[in-house]
Amino acid sequence: MIGVALKGLLGRKLRTLLTALAIVLGVSMISGTYVLTDTITKSYTSIVDDSFVNSDAVISGKVAYKNNNSDTAGAPAFPAAVLAKVKQLPDVAAAAGTIADQAKLIGRDGKVISTADGSPIAVSVDRRNDLRFTPLKLSSGQWPVGSRQIAIDKRTADTKHYAVGDTIGLAADEGVRRFRITGVATFGSSSSVGASTIAVFDLPTAQHLFNKVGKFDGIQVAAKNGVTPEKLVSEIRPLLPPTAKVKTAEAQTKESVDDVKSAIGIFQKVLLGFGILALFVGAFVIANTLSITIAQRVREFATLRTIGSSRRQVLRSVMLEALVVGLVASLLGLFLGLGIAKGLNALFSAVGVQFPKGDTVFAARTIIVSIVVGVGVTLVASLRPAIKATRVPPIAAVREGATLPVSRLSRFGPIVSILTLAVGILLLVYGIFGSGLTIATRLVALGFGTLILFVGVSLNAKRAVRPLASVLGWPGAHFGGTAGTLARENAMRNPSRTAATASALMIGLALITFVAILGAGLRSSFGDAVNKLFVADYAVTAENGFDPFTSHTDAAVAKAAGVTAVSGIRGGDARVFGKNTQVTAVPPNLAKTVRIDWSKGSVSVPSQLGRDGAFVDKDYAKDHHLLIGSPIAVETPTAKVLHLRLKGIFDPPKGGSPFGTVTMSTATFDANYPKPRNFMTLINIRGGVTDANTARLDASLGAFPDAKIQTASQFKKNQENDINLTLNVLYGLLGLSVIISLFGVVNTLVLSVFERTREIGMLRAVGMTRRDVRRMIRHESIVTALIGGALGIAVGVFLAVLTTQALSDEGIVLAIPWRTIAVFVIGTILAGMLAAVLPARRASRLNVLEALQYE
Amino acid sequence: MEAVALPVPGVVEVPQTGPVVSAQALTRRYGEGETAVDALGGVSLDVTRGRLTAVMGPSGSGKSTLMHILAGLDKPTSGEVTIAGTSIGELNDTNLTKLRREHIGFIFQFFNLLPMLTARENVVLPLSIAGEKPDQAWVAELMKRIGLESRSTHRPSELSGGQQQRVAIGRALISRPTIVFADEPTGNLDSKTSGEILELLRSSVDTYKQTTVMVTHDPRAAAIADRVLFLADGLIVRDLGRSDAHEVISVMEELAQ
Repeated sequence: MIGVALKGLLGRKLRTLLTALAIVLGVSMISGTYVLTDTITKSYTSIVDDSFVNSDAVISGKVAYKNNNSDTAGAPAFPAAVLAKVKQLPDVAAAAGTIADQAKLIGRDGKVISTADGSPIAVSVDRRNDLRFTPLKLSSGQWPVGSRQIAIDKRTADTKHYAVGDTIGLAADEGVRRFRITGVATFGSSSSVGASTIAVFDLPTAQHLFNKVGKFDGIQVAAKNGVTPEKLVSEIRPLLPPTAKVKTAEAQTKESVDDVKSAIGIFQKVLLGFGILALFVGAFVIANTLSITIAQRVREFATLRTIGSSRRQVLRSVMLEALVVGLVASLLGLFLGLGIAKGLNALFSAVGVQFPKGDTVFAARTIIVSIVVGVGVTLVASLRPAIKATRVPPIAAVREGATLPVSRLSRFGPIVSILTLAVGILLLVYGIFGSGLTIATRLVALGFGTLILFVGVSLNAKRAVRPLASVLGWPGAHFGGTAGTLARENAMRNPSRTAATASALMIGLALITFVAILGAGLRSSFGDAVNKLFVADYAVTAENGFDPFTSHTDAAVAKAAGVTAVSGIRGGDARVFGKNTQVTAVPPNLAKTVRIDWSKGSVSVPSQLGRDGAFVDKDYAKDHHLLIGSPIAVETPTAKVLHLRLKGIFDPPKGGSPFGTVTMSTATFDANYPKPRNFMTLINIRGGVTDANTARLDASLGAFPDAKIQTASQFKKNQENDINLTLNVLYGLLGLSVIISLFGVVNTLVLSVFERTREIGMLRAVGMTRRDVRRMIRHESIVTALIGGALGIAVGVFLAVLTTQALSDEGIVLAIPWRTIAVFVIGTILAGMLAAVLPARRASRLNVLEALQYE
Repeated sequence: MEAVALPVPGVVEVPQTGPVVSAQALTRRYGEGETAVDALGGVSLDVTRGRLTAVMGPSGSGKSTLMHILAGLDKPTSGEVTIAGTSIGELNDTNLTKLRREHIGFIFQFFNLLPMLTARENVVLPLSIAGEKPDQAWVAELMKRIGLESRSTHRPSELSGGQQQRVAIGRALISRPTIVFADEPTGNLDSKTSGEILELLRSSVDTYKQTTVMVTHDPRAAAIADRVLFLADGLIVRDLGRSDAHEVISVMEELAQ
């Protein structure tokens, strides 16, 4: 029997291949995700490993708390005096202090050298002191000495064509400074740290540049022979001021690696989610393809039964086929995953996310998970068709045109379908509107709710096929002649088959539509917010739109002729009411550049903040029972506590506001945060937005290449572009599911053509041309795809309506992007045509005579 | 490979004398109410051991239904069928499967070979399904008898219709079943090939004492039988011994009036 099953697979190569493809693609996404994230983790880990070369203990600044989702974080520097004390310890062999900060390099074109999502690293190397601690290695030239020298990383030198002796710019706080390159260095063994740039200075220069004179960001310590790192750490600890901490190099490395791993872990889970989705769609395709194949093999199963096969043998033989298909497909998918990893990397670098390069990691876990998941999904998806096969009665062997008997339970079908749909919707509603749920419960409810909803829709789709096909097939039937009419009838003649085929496509399209609507909602509410708040003529942001930038820009812009108001909005981390959050700071003139609706207080609130004033938004005030005059304690990263009083409560527009949870005056902020930076500066200028004003403001920022001047509408557009980029990544990731479902359409059509061989032969015999045959298949494909599209768009809109209802407080409005949806419909038609190419060709090439004799 | 779990009382003991298959008052009704059709109207018969019995009759006479019920493929509306001493009406699917393995061979009008298997693999398939090792000498003899020893590695698509039906006959005989049912075995073949197939069937009855029931509407096929049953409108209307084709034709014409 095993032989029979395996030989059967070989005998149906095309069908087997088509079945397998869905799993190959799904598994490749899983394996690709693992390969990509493992490779990234490994690269980062090796970078971290290199960071503390030759050190036994590492002293670093201590943050009062840790804020993971902040760009401005970074431990404050600690007094340099620690180093002298550490060096006097008898167990210390060597110790050296370093500065590690960030500074952007400026290229010959006067623009910031892009680091994608890497960081513009700036470090000190003191060649007069101990060089053994630096992970950097000179590949040419010398280490920099003095305030005019710099060394840069090899990747930047190579890609931007810099060599020793050239001059390069650096975006310092006060403006661009020029340095002479004395050396080019590599980091450990690799030429780069991701897409980061590295700028190296001598210690005094770095301390001066980053406003850390008399301070260090880190001290690396080597122990004498025979002294354990633990002992060293315990000796160092009593010497430290409260703003510094010490760890063994190993513990420090582990901490950094764990940070990297948890960040990549989230990324990995998201990508795996798309892989699971792809497999879910793949399961639909497999289940459908197998059902059709089994319906076509009724006589074979019946014959096996008449000559003595038991039901269990039939079940086992079908499941064995599934096992082999699953295994082979998973193996193929596993290796295709290597390609997918490259594809994902390309997708992300296309939207500006650059991962560090390293040797591809192909872990045992990747292999095991891919194969287990791939085989598992195939087996589960095959179970129902396999059980159907066992129901084939032996008498089908002698009956012409025997079909699969209906299940005893089939009369419960409609009830089960509707119940499934209801359960899916209920779970979704519970997940979205249920109160007091943890995020995890909510996500589980939403995830399962969505999957069950998809299953529910597909179970019910059978009944929607006829009406949908007659409407969607109307143009074809009307203008496509006999071929079009027959195509529509063909799409309707086996509603469950068409429904199952269309359902796979429905899933991808539903999610794409959902994402598109949510994206449009975000864009539109964000646009509204900008329109409402933004009364300034111009805004300055960092080149990339979100990094904080030096506050020295404010003074530079203010000097431009005609400027009437400059409001720099600063931002930083804080801990308020026990939670890590972002606070902002505004100047007294804010009312001139930002229009705020005050629910408590007046337009004069910003100008009256003074040393201890603060304002918050309505929801925050409500959540924390704050009234005018309520005290608010804000803890800075350096553990200073600012005691503020509430002076105003504002009502932000739906799309959000530029303000953090608590906003204080710039004066207070600057006095308490070590390195105040802006994330946005708003400007009013006489004459408003004109080309001349733009040019003038642009010129005023000449010394700050990282800062960018924009009009209000450019600002809006730039922010929208970020949303669009995210949407494009999501489309790309969902695209795989759509491709898998298209293979499902191809499968169904190929199998249908095979099944209708005799019928197509007859049509050809009575005068249908090859072109007509091709057109007939193509139309059927388009009708099927459109049914999937219609269902998918409907489900997507439904999901989006639910979500926007729930998120209406968060400022996401329901905006249906009709034009985008029209594009999806056209895309669906094109996809249907594409899916029909192979089956249509096979159908049109049938030999009429053989087709008629075909039995 | 596969052991059917439940023991079947009585199946194992095959009575050495008397009928191998017998039927009592079989009726078969299709559909319900006014549209109901009675395919069999009360048929009783005994199939004699070691003989070739032909069931003749025009289309719609109920001959196929009779064979399906005798072979346990279909259930009678009323009446009882006994195969090798076992009343099959009460058997569940598992026990029916076991009964088929041990006692029944099938030959179909459309051959029903598995396209991916070679001729030899098709022939030994019932044994591999039952998890038994084929007796090589017996397989060799059968392959020789069906005249395909030189084509044993060909697949069905590489064989002519007659050759495919020979493979099917080999498959029916391989497990030395108690009874072979042949459903219109020449229905899909030209007359010359039909003759060869009929000779093969006859010789298998003569050589191996293989009890065989053949449903046919071909008088030439009926002419090789030891006994010819004529069915009309769901009833046995004539029961002849060995008859030549002319006799069969004249009975048919007589019945048609």
